[in-house]
Amino acid sequence: MRKSNKSKVGRRRFLKGAVAGAAGLVTTSQTGKAQQSQDHDHDHDHQTVPSDPALRTKALETLLVQKGLVDPAALDSLVEAYQTKIGPQNGARVVARAWADPSYKKRLLENATKAIAELGYTTGEADDMNVVENGPKVHNLVVCTLCSCYPWPLLGLPPRWYKSDAYRSRAVIDPRGVLGEFGVTLPEDTEIRVWDSTAELRYLVLPERPAGTEGMSEKELAALVTRDSMVGVAKVTVNKTGGR
Amino acid sequence: VNGIHDMGGMQDMGPIRYEKNEPVFHEPWEGRVYVIRRAMGAWKKWTTDHARHEIEKLPPSDYLRMSYYERWLVSTENLIVNAALITRDELESGKPAAGSAKATPPLKSADMQTVLVRPKVTRPDANVKAKFKQGDRVRARNIHPTGHVRLPRYARGKAGVVHQDHGIYVFPDTIVAGQGEKPQHVYSVRFEARELWGPQASPRHAVYLDLWDDYLDHI
Repeated sequence: MRKSNKSKVGRRRFLKGAVAGAAGLVTTSQTGKAQQSQDHDHDHDHQTVPSDPALRTKALETLLVQKGLVDPAALDSLVEAYQTKIGPQNGARVVARAWADPSYKKRLLENATKAIAELGYTTGEADDMNVVENGPKVHNLVVCTLCSCYPWPLLGLPPRWYKSDAYRSRAVIDPRGVLGEFGVTLPEDTEIRVWDSTAELRYLVLPERPAGTEGMSEKELAALVTRDSMVGVAKVTVNKTGGR
Repeated sequence: VNGIHDMGGMQDMGPIRYEKNEPVFHEPWEGRVYVIRRAMGAWKKWTTDHARHEIEKLPPSDYLRMSYYERWLVSTENLIVNAALITRDELESGKPAAGSAKATPPLKSADMQTVLVRPKVTRPDANVKAKFKQGDRVRARNIHPTGHVRLPRYARGKAGVVHQDHGIYVFPDTIVAGQGEKPQHVYSVRFEARELWGPQASPRHAVYLDLWDDYLDHI
């Protein structure tokens, strides 16, 4: 986001050999100079901001493994799970079911946690789910101004923009401006409800079902539902744009 | 603490940078930091609230300079050191102290599911009466604790209406202060934008916050 990622590949390759002696990296070292860090003879202030987070992370992991505090195989499978199993496809299934089945929708809006469990998503933060419905006169937008609370089991890990200072600061004071940046313009008389996730409740927006989808199956409907529409920064359209 | 993390209502933070087809992790180390934190959570030495507070304690200027996962990296190191699972010396040298015992990781790859499931520690088995009910007019307290708090500054002192009672949760402020769970009700409270942001705000804009009993008073 704010950091440039230049020369990261080279740095990572270099890491493999350098980790064992990663001393001093918790403080500062300039990119590509990590090997010198044990000498540590340059002038600097010891600071919090990691100058080389990749190296510092590797040093931490190596230490934790050596001390028997983490199992590296468990770390590998966790990374894989977050990359492949947990994502907006889960939330899209919930939305599609709600569109296709009015009684499910009713249960979902009344007790989201229970209704989501019907589809097999019973884990973690889904235990405290709330679903808020968009309509012709109401538009919902989800934010976490204090950190990065987000319905992980249903949407996966949040995108960078959701965690950005820009979004977190502005969503509550200028939601129309924020929506405008996402290309969403709402009629003047639409009420905007912003949900700031300050406790352990997690919010999912139930977007409006687009016209022209009457004959679609639940699976076809789910394919239209984007992550952004379930956060409230996009509407669902029949012509889905890639990646949103 | 009135920290930089409490960003709601700040202005001039720049445009929202949207990235198409964004990967889950932009660099491998981000994923490693994330799962190290998850796996270390299995030691049950801290709660989510402790973890949040560790990020809140970062110096504001550092917080703003750091990327999201840099904040996680530094706060995770601090959590692990604070929990005495490693020492600061070990962290800085990158090596276990001479003669230190080798532990057995509580989380194996076979029980990965247990870490994906966040334990329901936030819903205590307690019987506490609700102080408010749906429709009650309430005012968020004008408080400025120096420790962990989940009442954003922009809502303090503002009047709203209880939209829903979410039930009983543990109280983050006392948990992080080491003063126990203090179970109490959490409510969804609706604040009109004009109450929060003044008369120039739209009458068709409201913000809902989830707030604990201890943050609210009857009007």
